[in-house]
Amino acid sequence: AGAAGPGSGPGAAGGDGDDSLYPIAVLIDELRNEDVQLRLNSIKKLSTIALALGVERTRTELLPFLTDTIYDEDEVLLALAEQLGNFTGLVGGPDFAHCLLPPLESLATVEETVVRDKAVESLRQISQEHTPVALEAHFVPLVKRLASGDWFTSRTSACGLFSVCYPRASNAVKAEIRQHFRSLCSDDTPMVRRAAASKLGEFAKVLELDSVKTEIVPLFTNLASDEQDSVRLLAVEACVSIAQLLSQEDLEALVMPTLRQAAEDKSWRVRYMVADKFSELQKAVGPKIALSDLIPAFQSLLRDCEAEVRAAAAHKVRELCENLPAEGRETVIMNQILPYIKELVSDTNQHVKSALASVIMGLSTVLGKENTIEHLLPLFLAQLKDECPEVRLNIISNLDCVNEVIGIRQLSQSLLPAIVELAEDAKWRVRLAIIEYMPLLAGQLGVEFFDEKLNSLCMAWLVDHVYAIREAATNNLMKLVQKFGTEWAQNTIVPKVLVMANDPNYLHRMTTLFCINALSEACGKEITTKQMLPIVLKMAGDQVANVRFNVAKSLQKIGPILDTNALQGEVKPVLQKLGQDEDMDVKYFAQEAISVLALA
Amino acid sequence: MEEDIDTRKINNSFLRDHSYATEADIISTVEFNHTGELLATGDKGGRVVIFQREQESKNQVHRRGEYNVYSTFQSHEPEFDYLKSLEIEEKINKIRWLPQQNAAYFLLSTNDKTVKLWKVSERDKRPEGYNLKDEEGRLRDPATITTLRVPVLRPMDLMVEATPRRVFANAHTYHINSISVNSDYETYMSADDLRINLWNFEITNQSFNIVDIKPANMEELTEVITAAEFHPHHCNTFVYSSSKGTIRLCDMRASALCDRHTKFFEEPEDPSNRSFFSEIISSISDVKFSHSGRYIMTRDYLTVKVWDLNMENRPIETYQVHDYLRSKLCSLYENDCIFDKFECVWNGSDSVIMTGSYNNFFRMFDRNTKRDVTLEASRENSKPRAILKPRKVCVGGKRRKDEISVDSLDFSKKILHTAWHPSENIIAVAATNNLYIFQDKVN
Repeated sequence: AGAAGPGSGPGAAGGDGDDSLYPIAVLIDELRNEDVQLRLNSIKKLSTIALALGVERTRTELLPFLTDTIYDEDEVLLALAEQLGNFTGLVGGPDFAHCLLPPLESLATVEETVVRDKAVESLRQISQEHTPVALEAHFVPLVKRLASGDWFTSRTSACGLFSVCYPRASNAVKAEIRQHFRSLCSDDTPMVRRAAASKLGEFAKVLELDSVKTEIVPLFTNLASDEQDSVRLLAVEACVSIAQLLSQEDLEALVMPTLRQAAEDKSWRVRYMVADKFSELQKAVGPKIALSDLIPAFQSLLRDCEAEVRAAAAHKVRELCENLPAEGRETVIMNQILPYIKELVSDTNQHVKSALASVIMGLSTVLGKENTIEHLLPLFLAQLKDECPEVRLNIISNLDCVNEVIGIRQLSQSLLPAIVELAEDAKWRVRLAIIEYMPLLAGQLGVEFFDEKLNSLCMAWLVDHVYAIREAATNNLMKLVQKFGTEWAQNTIVPKVLVMANDPNYLHRMTTLFCINALSEACGKEITTKQMLPIVLKMAGDQVANVRFNVAKSLQKIGPILDTNALQGEVKPVLQKLGQDEDMDVKYFAQEAISVLALA
Repeated sequence: MEEDIDTRKINNSFLRDHSYATEADIISTVEFNHTGELLATGDKGGRVVIFQREQESKNQVHRRGEYNVYSTFQSHEPEFDYLKSLEIEEKINKIRWLPQQNAAYFLLSTNDKTVKLWKVSERDKRPEGYNLKDEEGRLRDPATITTLRVPVLRPMDLMVEATPRRVFANAHTYHINSISVNSDYETYMSADDLRINLWNFEITNQSFNIVDIKPANMEELTEVITAAEFHPHHCNTFVYSSSKGTIRLCDMRASALCDRHTKFFEEPEDPSNRSFFSEIISSISDVKFSHSGRYIMTRDYLTVKVWDLNMENRPIETYQVHDYLRSKLCSLYENDCIFDKFECVWNGSDSVIMTGSYNNFFRMFDRNTKRDVTLEASRENSKPRAILKPRKVCVGGKRRKDEISVDSLDFSKKILHTAWHPSENIIAVAATNNLYIFQDKVN
């Protein structure tokens, strides 16, 4: 017994061997398989291995092995770092959580950022499972080790760990932790200073308010005036968190000078960051300071010499206006923001214009009907005529905001030429984008306007020379039918689609089939059986095989909608005939349809 | 200077046997890492060879600092661009080391089109013990597995591995001539004939174009970018040199696209020296910031110039590398040597500069004493610990003993690539397929 002869597969052995061990043994061996997929697979089942080994052996054998396994591929290390975050139970519970620190410590020093970040995340998770005593005995020393490591990878990882151990440490240790954080903020390598700057806000939140004022604020001021702009720009982010912690007076005295400076920094990347974080900053500093300080800063960002900064600021126009206190909002916008927006409408840079176009429509809800008609409408109309298609598209895609306030009719005279031009743009991606807005436009413009002006466009797209456009046009028809109903479909769409079945171009004939696939469900049984089915069946005799097998596919698709008579009497013979076709693809799809529709 | 050079001893040289030397063995770049412990060379065959300095040992004082091969790997392979019907050479154009971030070393290597980030790491342990195999690798009967074995790591002989970490491709239409790592440690740039791109080390599928000098109509093309480098400390500043002999300094803080320079360094041309070759020989083949960041050095065909960042209208120092060739430009044009791209380097304290010449000669200029010397990297005097003798080229009719006449210079033996240890007086000189390493006499 037990002799594994030929044919007895792995795990099939009986006798002395314990069959439950075999799969685990395979997993353990595959931890070092040459195939990275198998290693990855084993790592992902690390908990299974640990469970089989028991807590003792996991601590004394498995973890030491894993600690030295940092030579592996990034994806394996990433999976390992993630697994270890949930390993506390498998090493014996919170009392032994510190056993997980060595492997995570070595993972926190690898060069690959994603692995390091994951190791830090797992360490943060595990820190919570440490008892206060264990935290000071094991976790804090680890943080100090990383913070004073020779390589900057280890010091950058340390930055993310201060905030989790600080709240639970004793006062003496707290002082040490602050000291370590301080020295990382003035590290020689910009990598570490950047890591410290990006964790400054998070660390500030767990500190005592006094320490925030006496220690964090000076650090913040230093980082915000770092010689490297890559560090300075991260201080802007920290500003958001710090501002939330301070009273208005402290904020004004301690943080605002630095923030004002950042908004006028020599480096466009720092100013970009201010623009990009503007809404957060606005909320963090509160309405009073926002009005006195941030609005002027915003104005200068909207007029920045660097287009990237203007574009970032333009993106924030809507949020900024929405976040203003309701009282006096209109006046502020009309007097202090709108003049700047008007300039941006004719900016030299198309990214700026298109950023503005993507949010400007939102202002109409904030400003109300009269202001929109008087002040915003001329801007919308100008943007609808912009030379850059993206600007026009962004306006059209946000029409719903305006529709709610003033109704779309105000715009329709200018809208139409803009839509027609986009519909015929030489770039197919532009055409594709406008098609996607058609159902929305149709809903807002109403059926009459649509039939009169836009229907012909929708039909023209069906014979576009780019497949993606024809495909989108087909889906568009379906959505229109859902909006306007079957009667409309029967009168305006279906006849035109069916005519294409006689087109000399086989691609157009196939489009008919694709349309039928899309429309049949929305149109219902009656139209499908009476109008569409005859055409599909007729096309079964097409000379192009691609058309014929698409007939088979269409029949499979519309089959369930048809009544049984039609299915048995008309569809079945045609499919059977196609099932004998000389072309193998036609045969294949016909047979597939027969079996799916259960017609065999 | 005298003590610098005359007491210099040959320390070591790495020679590939001449009889087997092929085109692929020609060294195309040499670069020390930031500590000087490692030295990397790239060659025309797409290989990178890394040398490591031996640790100082007590009983063999004179052997201190010898460089031995640490790792060799194939960085680039020849490729073919089917869309453009172009062969892409595997030749390594430049190597740049990254600041050390953990126990492993990282370097960038580039050929004409693709930059690669390599990790060079050591491994001295290996796992032992399988469950399903015995020590000899024979499969075990699954039935006999009664306990689980966790692999154990045992020491083994040191193994050095080079692994490609990132490939930065498809961003250059023209040939990459320079790569330079930014002092922010997270970005680097790559420059080709007409454009400069900025990359993040973590991101391979996107780069930002920061300089583009391609005219709308290529027939209006009058100059190309020949070299580019970041400032050693200011992460926002970089320079690039052009075939017209000018250098532009750009500030990335000012705008996202650095088409407008902040400073423009150009020396007015001396009308009396004008000739058919003026433009060709004024083309800058290399540009290097001093370690201090205060100066930039440029190399053109006949001279090395040092510029003060604060003075744009002329260089503060100009050194003649081989002025005796001025009368031979015609024949150098005919044999294409006039287009050779010589590089130049600073010593660790920015007080001495070094650049190459022909006939396996290389030149050093002491900026303080204004003394200069010509040395030769050749097999004849490359016996270990031999002292290098200064060489002289005679220009006039009378040739003194130990002098060599201009007409007998060998123009096929050119020293284009050299490197200087970041803190010590150790230099590496690539002479076609040989690498020579010289250092100060050790007392």
